[in-house]
Amino acid sequence: MASLIGSKIERKEDKKFLTGKGRYTADINLVNQTYAYFVRSPHARAKINSVDISKASKSPGVVKIFTGDDIAKEKIGGLIAGWKIVSQDGKDMKVPNHPPLAKDSVNYVGDHVAVVIAETLEQAKNAAELVDVSYKILKAVVNTGDAMKSESIYEDIEQNLCFDFILGDKGKTEDSFSSADKIIKLDLRNNRLIPNAMEPRACIGDYNPSSDELTLYTTSQNPHLSRLVLSAFGGIHPEHKFRVVAPDVGGGFGSKIYAYAEDAVTAWASKKIERPIKWVAERSESFLSDCHGRDHITHVELAIKNDGKITGLKVDTIANIGAYASLFATVTPTYLYAPLILGLYDIPTAFINVKGVFTNTAPVDAYRGAGRPEATYLIERIVHKAANEIGMDQAEFRRKNFVDKFPHQQCLVHNIDSGDYKAHLDKALEISDYKNFKNRKSESARKGKLRGIGFSTYIEACGIAPSAVVMSIGCGVGLWESAEVRFNATGNVSVFSGAHSHGQGHDTTFAQIVGDKLGVSMENIDIVHGDTDKGPFGMGTYGSRSLAVGGSAIAKACDKIIEKGKKVAAHMLEGKPEDIDFIDGDFVLKNSNKKKTIGEVAFACYLPGQYGEIKSPLPPGVEPGLNETSFYDPINFSFPAGTHICEVEVDQNTGETKVVKYTAVDDFGTIINPMIVEGQVHGGIVQGIGQALYENSYYDESGQLITASYMDYTMPRADNFPQIKIDYTTTPATSNPLGSKGCGEAGAIASPPAVMNAVIDAIGTDISMPATAEKVWKVIKKNGYKKAAA
Amino acid sequence: MAKLKLKINGKEISKEIADNILLSDFLRDTLLLTGTHVGCDTSQCGACVVHLNGNSVKSCTTLVADCNGAEITTIEGLSNNGSMHVMQESFKKHHGLQCGFCTPGMVMSAVDLLQKNKNPNEKEIRDWLEGNICRCTGYQNIVAAVKDAASKM
Repeated sequence: MASLIGSKIERKEDKKFLTGKGRYTADINLVNQTYAYFVRSPHARAKINSVDISKASKSPGVVKIFTGDDIAKEKIGGLIAGWKIVSQDGKDMKVPNHPPLAKDSVNYVGDHVAVVIAETLEQAKNAAELVDVSYKILKAVVNTGDAMKSESIYEDIEQNLCFDFILGDKGKTEDSFSSADKIIKLDLRNNRLIPNAMEPRACIGDYNPSSDELTLYTTSQNPHLSRLVLSAFGGIHPEHKFRVVAPDVGGGFGSKIYAYAEDAVTAWASKKIERPIKWVAERSESFLSDCHGRDHITHVELAIKNDGKITGLKVDTIANIGAYASLFATVTPTYLYAPLILGLYDIPTAFINVKGVFTNTAPVDAYRGAGRPEATYLIERIVHKAANEIGMDQAEFRRKNFVDKFPHQQCLVHNIDSGDYKAHLDKALEISDYKNFKNRKSESARKGKLRGIGFSTYIEACGIAPSAVVMSIGCGVGLWESAEVRFNATGNVSVFSGAHSHGQGHDTTFAQIVGDKLGVSMENIDIVHGDTDKGPFGMGTYGSRSLAVGGSAIAKACDKIIEKGKKVAAHMLEGKPEDIDFIDGDFVLKNSNKKKTIGEVAFACYLPGQYGEIKSPLPPGVEPGLNETSFYDPINFSFPAGTHICEVEVDQNTGETKVVKYTAVDDFGTIINPMIVEGQVHGGIVQGIGQALYENSYYDESGQLITASYMDYTMPRADNFPQIKIDYTTTPATSNPLGSKGCGEAGAIASPPAVMNAVIDAIGTDISMPATAEKVWKVIKKNGYKKAAA
Repeated sequence: MAKLKLKINGKEISKEIADNILLSDFLRDTLLLTGTHVGCDTSQCGACVVHLNGNSVKSCTTLVADCNGAEITTIEGLSNNGSMHVMQESFKKHHGLQCGFCTPGMVMSAVDLLQKNKNPNEKEIRDWLEGNICRCTGYQNIVAAVKDAASKM
């Protein structure tokens, strides 16, 4: 039987999406449904004097209006930060209460003040305009760099400081700088981004007063986790009576990990009015209230020897947390960031300090890559600068400092199990035709264009994550994953995964694993996810974990199916279980021509007795049924790595930068479906190029979001890109049974520094992201127009 | 409010429709044709693209009141008796979709391109699709799908 693993197989889920049969949350309509519209704060920071709903309540069609007072009276808990960070003084991080509806104060533009529930959306919107909120406007804290010097937003949080986190050996690192031949310094800004999944967030709360069951349909990457948070901390409804359904979800990129205020409020309010309540975000609401990403200010220093050997690394970062600490907001700029600053280099010592600060802006949380793009950006930018300053070739400087023996214990946290960094560098150099770059540069110069080349040799940590490790450093949950493989009596297989697919193609990739493992054809395998009432508790999809952790759980559950099948088959074939081999869907008795198909064994498991002519007793002590569950907890993170090389052309007249050549060679370990992996890499790279050249979220000094629509926030579009060349090298992960490392975030992690190094190479001056035409043009104007060499 | 006659996916419809109803809302809420998606509120993302008298339009900024007597095709009307249109097949073959949300608009837009330009080059495809935002694919496989569909249509 041909192996499904490693094959390019068209996606099982595509037809429904291509024919308009996808079923997203906004497509669902329930009988007797009402519509919610949220009254949001127009101010970045204000005290709420009063909320007067008397006029609005009399508006046509209004069913009910709830305010922060109502939520507080019911003792509904706030939205939580799920990861406790301890500061360098030994004290726990400080976080403000985050009520789903603000009671006493609002802290960012878009903060939720009241919800109007009406018979139609139009009626809800009309009534919302009549809700009279009296505010005392306060001076907003907006700027990341100034937050600690500004007035405290929250009385009990001095300097607006959430945490003051350190990692590494300060003394040893200082010594490495004392003995360095050269110290390279760089100030960086990692721009603030808005995730912009194409499907706006939406939810429907549906309480059934007869059964006391509450159902929340929501655009979530992790329905079980949302149920846990809303139940255990929100107190919305007991977990066993609470069902969360995340049907088709139109992209997430981190922004749909969190249970949001809208989820809590619609779920809770549907209990109060005993009717379904539907809310769908308008795009402008998504801009205002989806969690944003990145927003770091960083100073980095690198100690090197004259021969190019890196001897130490120092980093100071201020990370903007936003107005409230969202679910993964505190781990993203600490444990997902700090350990990764070493890149894939053998750096003997490092020290990093990260200060997380509150501001009057939307909460900032994990966004595609989460911490790792920020780490990769700083190390790849300073490595580029270091190689230039000592006059070494970019590729050779990197090669000289690569880790080349595995497993490798880094000086900070991670133990990297496998990799071959020179292999992907060499392959990328060849595919990108690096040796002829100078000719291409001259060619561009003849057209009046400045051409630059930029490298990004990156590593990331994903397959998140070993529970024992993450819980020892503050995580409030274990990060294992579940799978249930249900072999049905009629020979087909239902697989329940705790991971959630919102574009990743799990229906196909997971079916390939099960098909190979159990010898069942793909059309007889159904992957079920996104409904807490169906499969076992699962942790969901983020951190490129679905395959390495969720896929491994599926493989383990399949192993259990085979193990039980062997016992049953042995009984049927009158042999011993240890004498049964499982080959391509058949249980075969060694040294005989006797075999039973897995379908026959499954049938026997469900009909253990005499049925007409068919006799299929089970062996003593074996329970009926063929249904196995696995909760898989990885033993380590996985470490994808790769080399990305970008070439840009800068138009000196307009400042416009165009990516003209892009090469990516990645090591993702074992690849299940190369077509799907390629799509993930394309998407990630383009998102990263978006960060480098186009995207920026900007608040003015009063805290108004200026980039709050697609007219003002530049999204990458089809005409911005050349063909991207992709290839792979492979060193399997040793930390999971599939050998897979994860591929979902790599593109977005690797590409920003590759692009920026290329821009800087082209224009000869440091510049911050995004390198917009205006910014680049100003640099060219200052430096002077460069004529082509004769 | 006016009585309007429309032909949607080949089916005649005659209905009293308020003057302020957007075509996207009418398709989704009244006809339950939820394949047409709404991804923004500024006519920028293109998830809502349908064909109006054979031309692609953004249905989120089209009033139904302006469509009297028009023929409208949505993503649901593109496939024929369960078999997908060449463009839909091509998107599947080339992995031109991931989360699927932008896909209906992207496909409708691409079909219109090939109506107007039977053999577009890569630049023409990319320029045409500039009004459709996809956050997942990075566009490369969408471009490949459109090229391949052009060779088959």
